[in-house]
Amino acid sequence: MARIGVVTFPGSLDDRDAARAITVAGGEPVPLWHKDRSLAGVDAVVLPGGFSYGDYLRCGAIARFAPVMELVIDEARAGLPVLGICNGFQILCETHLLPGALTRNDSLHFVCRDQRLRIDSTSTPWTSDYEPGQEIVVPLKNGEGGYVADERTLDGLEAEGRVVARYLEVNPNGSRRDIAGISNAAGNVVGLMPHPEHAVEPLTGPSTDGLAFFTSILSRLVRA
Amino acid sequence: MERPVARVVVDVMLKPEILDPQGQAVHGALTRLGFTGVGSVRQGKRFEIELDGDLDDAARARIEELAGTLLANTVIEDYRVRVED
Repeated sequence: MARIGVVTFPGSLDDRDAARAITVAGGEPVPLWHKDRSLAGVDAVVLPGGFSYGDYLRCGAIARFAPVMELVIDEARAGLPVLGICNGFQILCETHLLPGALTRNDSLHFVCRDQRLRIDSTSTPWTSDYEPGQEIVVPLKNGEGGYVADERTLDGLEAEGRVVARYLEVNPNGSRRDIAGISNAAGNVVGLMPHPEHAVEPLTGPSTDGLAFFTSILSRLVRA
Repeated sequence: MERPVARVVVDVMLKPEILDPQGQAVHGALTRLGFTGVGSVRQGKRFEIELDGDLDDAARARIEELAGTLLANTVIEDYRVRVED
């Protein structure tokens, strides 16, 4: 069975939901701790949402230097699939594995809502089970989710098909070009502000639309 | 006699092209309080770093590096390092 690591930092909140989503999708979640100096041989890594290190300095700025992140960064550059959700996306931007940054919502309010998205790239190992252009609804909850990058970077992301998901109907945080998620050039590293791991079971989510992020990576790993 | 402490100040500001909604909110509050004539407000961070040892060239270089890697995210922020007397 494919083993997917879920990193817990001090202040992580959604590590349990991420682990549960992996289980529901049919994989084996492997808990990783921020001080770990081994990735325990996992096949992929999820950096979950929350407020790592209290969001002090900038969201993700201190987590980026956690011992486990040195390994994640090295392995991600070598092709390890990594999904950063919310705070995980912020961490990935701080590592510069992903371009741009997440800034304070333009409304200055923390936003918590069921958010409609369009999956714009299905060529990543985290989105291959979606149909191109598929619309999904998953929870979104952030205070600093405004995606910013310079115009050249934004144009490059669009031209290379690296915008993974876009906000529909409402842009909840002022993200440039309605960007909700992006990937690195190789596609193995994906960052996403909304929370697919909260939408994997009808009892607790607004939908089960988020599950395909986790089935996608599992089917990729089984094929590999 | 106590040795003077070397204090280095790092100012971090959002780059001019990055929207600063916090600064805008402060600007709005100033206007509501009757402080007219304020064109704009931008909010940043100030770090005061006190060294145990002397501020030699190596220490200065180290602080520059620290400012550019941890204290500021140079994707969205500019920083300035200066020595305070």
